[in-house]
Amino acid sequence: MDLKTKYMGLELKNPIVPSASPLSENVDTVKAMEDAGAAAVVCYSLFEEQINHESGELDHYLSYGTESYAEALSYFPEPDEFKLGPVEYLDHIADLKKACDIPIIGSINGISNGGWIKYAQNIEQAGADALELNVYYIPANMNVPGSELETMYVDVLTAVKKSVNIPVAIKLSPYFTSMANMAKRLDKAGADALVMFNRFYQPDFDLEKLEVGPNLVLSTSNELRLPLRWVAILYNNVKASLALTSGVHTPEDIIKVMMAGGDVAQICSELLVKGIGRITELLDGVKTWMVENEYESIDMMKGSMSQKAVQEPAAFERANYMKTLNSYKTLL
Amino acid sequence: MDKLFEMTGRRYNLFDYYGAPDAKRVIILMGSGAETTHSTVEYMTERMEEKVGVLKVRLYRPFSAKHLLAALPETVEKIAVLDRTKEPGAGGEPLYLDVVNAIAEDMTSDAPKFKAMPKVIGGRYGLSSKEFTPAMVKAVFDNLKTASPKNHFTVGIIDDVTNTSLDYDPSFIIEGDDVVTAMFYGLGADGTVGANKNSIKIIGEETDNNAQGYFVYDSKKSGSTTVSHLRFGKKPIRSPYLIQSAKFIGVHQFGLLEKFDVLGNVQEGSVFLLNSPYAKEETWGKLPRKVQEQVIEKKLKFYAIDGYTVARETGMGARINTIMQTCFFAISGILPKDEAIEQIKKAIKKTYGVKGEEIVKKNYNAVDQTLAHMYEVEVPATADSTFELPPIVSDEAPDYVKNVLAKMMAGKGDDVKVSEMPDDGTFPSATTKWEKRNIALEVPAWDPETCIQCGKCALVCPHATIRIKTYNEKELENAPATFKAIKAKGREFEEGTMYSIQVAVEDCTGCALCYEVCPAKNKRETGKKALNMVEQIPLREQERANWDFFLDIPEADRTNVNLTTVKGTQFLEPLFEFSGACAGCGETPYVKLISQLYGDRMMVANATGCSSIYGGNLPTTPWTVDKNGRGPAWSNSLFEDNAEFGFGMRLSVDKNNEFAKELVMKLKDQIGAELADELVNAVQKNEADIQDQRERVAQLKAKLAAIDSADARNLAAVADYLVKKSVWIMGGDGWAYDIGYGGLDHVIASGKNVNILVMDTEVYSNTGGQMSKASGLGAVAKFAANGKPTPKKDLGMMAMSYGNVYVAKIAMGANDAQTIKAILEAEAYDGPSLIIAYSHCIAHGINMAKGLESQKSAVESGHWPLFRYNPDNVHEGKNPLKLDSKAPKIRLEDYIYKETRYKMLTKAQPEIARNLLSQAQAEVLGRWKLYEQMAQFDFSNEEAKEEE
Repeated sequence: MDLKTKYMGLELKNPIVPSASPLSENVDTVKAMEDAGAAAVVCYSLFEEQINHESGELDHYLSYGTESYAEALSYFPEPDEFKLGPVEYLDHIADLKKACDIPIIGSINGISNGGWIKYAQNIEQAGADALELNVYYIPANMNVPGSELETMYVDVLTAVKKSVNIPVAIKLSPYFTSMANMAKRLDKAGADALVMFNRFYQPDFDLEKLEVGPNLVLSTSNELRLPLRWVAILYNNVKASLALTSGVHTPEDIIKVMMAGGDVAQICSELLVKGIGRITELLDGVKTWMVENEYESIDMMKGSMSQKAVQEPAAFERANYMKTLNSYKTLL
Repeated sequence: MDKLFEMTGRRYNLFDYYGAPDAKRVIILMGSGAETTHSTVEYMTERMEEKVGVLKVRLYRPFSAKHLLAALPETVEKIAVLDRTKEPGAGGEPLYLDVVNAIAEDMTSDAPKFKAMPKVIGGRYGLSSKEFTPAMVKAVFDNLKTASPKNHFTVGIIDDVTNTSLDYDPSFIIEGDDVVTAMFYGLGADGTVGANKNSIKIIGEETDNNAQGYFVYDSKKSGSTTVSHLRFGKKPIRSPYLIQSAKFIGVHQFGLLEKFDVLGNVQEGSVFLLNSPYAKEETWGKLPRKVQEQVIEKKLKFYAIDGYTVARETGMGARINTIMQTCFFAISGILPKDEAIEQIKKAIKKTYGVKGEEIVKKNYNAVDQTLAHMYEVEVPATADSTFELPPIVSDEAPDYVKNVLAKMMAGKGDDVKVSEMPDDGTFPSATTKWEKRNIALEVPAWDPETCIQCGKCALVCPHATIRIKTYNEKELENAPATFKAIKAKGREFEEGTMYSIQVAVEDCTGCALCYEVCPAKNKRETGKKALNMVEQIPLREQERANWDFFLDIPEADRTNVNLTTVKGTQFLEPLFEFSGACAGCGETPYVKLISQLYGDRMMVANATGCSSIYGGNLPTTPWTVDKNGRGPAWSNSLFEDNAEFGFGMRLSVDKNNEFAKELVMKLKDQIGAELADELVNAVQKNEADIQDQRERVAQLKAKLAAIDSADARNLAAVADYLVKKSVWIMGGDGWAYDIGYGGLDHVIASGKNVNILVMDTEVYSNTGGQMSKASGLGAVAKFAANGKPTPKKDLGMMAMSYGNVYVAKIAMGANDAQTIKAILEAEAYDGPSLIIAYSHCIAHGINMAKGLESQKSAVESGHWPLFRYNPDNVHEGKNPLKLDSKAPKIRLEDYIYKETRYKMLTKAQPEIARNLLSQAQAEVLGRWKLYEQMAQFDFSNEEAKEEE
């Protein structure tokens, strides 16, 4: 049975790729993921804020209160060297590369067309096989029209593409007015893969404290449907590879991703809850399903239920809504 | 010495003489004062053709009379020996006596060096870091010139009591055009000193100038002002004294124009640089009239920049150091502008490079933006400002504050005359209230409707600027229009009782601890609480009036307040207020709380450290008195002997009490048997008892006034000791865990009734963050740059091992009710009590506004278990140890990595940090288990066992 898949030029032994999460903070855990069968790992993200603020914050706290009072001109010893976020991250990528044989995909999180882009280059130099660009932006600014935002995404991608030679994936949010057009523009700008979709922390209210706080809710299989639709629509319409992230929990979910046209299925919540060993279970489940349903290879099923391949392509558009509604009614 | 000369080019002999080879008058001294004397001698010999010289003592012990004599010219007729010490009771100071002896021995020898015995006089200078200037050197030479020079004189102080001081002419200034003198007035927080240190390095290393810098700090830890004195010149600089005549004045804070006479010693035609928050066309008009007049009269070239706007726009926050430094180089002309900019950037790279590239970039950007924003102010021909400089302190202040302390506040403490100093060495308390430092940009404003009247804001306020009173509504009759009040909540209040929270906005440091701790949220806008931080300046006038009005509302009746609750304690007047502690200090809320509970009858022995600086440093004293004039008596002896010092207070209180009781019984017939018995046997367990005893003492004093006997007079002198005193021994962990531990151990072993408060910041805070035995495993501190490798000493456990010591570990931010309970129990316990209080600190590298959250995390992680160990419980068959916090519920790293002191190790030495973290986590859990087990022991049969 052939589980191989090709993702932005990388030959992967199967389509299971743990997505960027705290699980990759530890080299041993990543090694364990490789041993459990992961085909590649996306490392946790280096944040633009981290790059810009960590150095400022360190300077602030180390110099706060200094040179103010004669007996205490400073409060901390001054080490010769600090390994700040970026350096730490680059060292970590290098360590992961040393420890693992599977491809390591670096991840960088930012939006401005600023100085942080050069860290993409550093990640490449540290040995990453590819880079996932996590463009994270809540468009709360009332003065920025959608078109401007869309251009910002394209510009960031273009700038990063210019600075590195490794493949670059871009992780997107689903909140574009014209998702298909956006995908086309990014594809044209040279995206090697589109990763769909980013899950944002949605704020929640604490009624006891009357405070707003981030509330991490892990995904469920239900969330698979939104990215599944877009993978199915975009399959064979863009040159870029397609990765699906959000809602991948079962072997069946992975099969669906492949059938929609995805090249890899990225997993996070499932591993956070059930542990690294779940990778092996998923892989075994995929194999069992393939045996039972007589599929010889992943390649065979890839895109088999994409919009272009299905009997009713319109199902992915408005009719899809009608159908869902109807099926819901039958449950009553 | 020859070898040293070969290697360094500096030659030192046992004694070095400089001056006229045929000098008649010579000064002998050692140390930095010799440099001042050297330059003065140079000036006097070259410009005034005086026959004077200086003999510098390079090696004092062993003292070689032979070499001393050899170094002195034969022509010498008069010698003044200057000592920088005072030997009370001696015939003279040490060097003076050595010189007299050397010359006298030589004169009585067979071949004396001098034809006639030179006249040798001695004098003192520079004591307590007093200035020693060329003008004073000249005064010493002038004294020698007189027919009968004043011997055993002092110079540099104005001694109008013993009249030993020499007069001098401050206008005698010897520095010429070959030295650039620059002075900078700034705040500690704005980075002025750091920038000047960089400037000195640049000029000293990159040009052929010699450079010198000296930095004057005040004694405050919040809102402290700094004055930098910089000199540059081609010739070596021999001026170890403050600048007397400046060619450049930089004022980095506009507000300092009102506090100091910044242009008082500027030379004509000099450059004046001002950080002005105003636009170019407004700046001139915003200057006080006197400053305008000085600028015009001295023909200053006046430049300004809105440094804070540039800092904000370039991401520098409140750090204007780089900006003001760039201005200095741009207009001082010390270096060509482009070269200066290049050098500043090089220095930035050197200073900040280790902390990351982004901070370097920000500074570069600030440099580039500065030049575009600096402007020259056009100086009109006449001053047009309508406002004068305000007085340093209010006219209502006591004379002592106006005449003496105000001078110190204005930086003119050296002008205070000896006669103005307190003659018994004690300084009046209750003086911080006159400073009105106005250092907060934002202050809390009370929203009575949202307030739940819990009192937490006042409890945590480190500077006692938030006060609470309840009172009858009639008091509001003449209230200012903006004074806030609301009905008091709670069944304990009678109808018509009002409640007010008032903020002393002029004394507030703007730390925001009150805002953070406030549990009440505005229902219509949840981001707002019952206290919200608002801009200070618009409120200043209005709140000044409100504060004065509030102070006149009667204080709470101490006998009618529930002392066991946060709410209750906060109706008590704090007798510790407006200290110079850091904004958001974690120590002072404990000190203040204790002053509220026992301040009117407490004595404090204070170890050297932060608490002795904010507690008793000049110019002002935060310990204060109530309306009856009662307040804490406070003293600081040393660092190492504080426990013993307080123990001595206890003994003297006990002895005086015993003596008073003896005399009462002796005079029983005259003062009345009933009163005498009551006085001697009074139970003084609570506030009402104390009040009763005070009334009895008042009766006693009235009766004693009518009795003419030695016993009556003696009793009158000690009668106050019949009222119970509360003896407190306070200090930090450096004292209690380390340097004063031997004494602390001795004192708790004594069994005497003393109360010990250890404000544990887990580091030597006052001297800048050196590791102590209280530092946590893995914490970075000076002397533990790679993280402290050993666990925190468990002082509480050690004290508990005695079995008869009350011990409590508290953290106000985690459990304020337990804090109060522990303090009350400790004070009530008739024996030694030790309270160890978690005190968040600037040396932890945290956002000080969130200090209470740190405390909470420390407790939740198990690093700081809360407990009370009360030996009295054993008698009731109970376990003396009661844990007041729950088992660790967060990981240690979730606490410690919020603090730079731990976090920085993960950035500097990640491997070591990981290792220490796992050790520390295991240690915390292990220790918790031990405590848990100890708290579970069954003591129900202990008493019975003892009886068996």
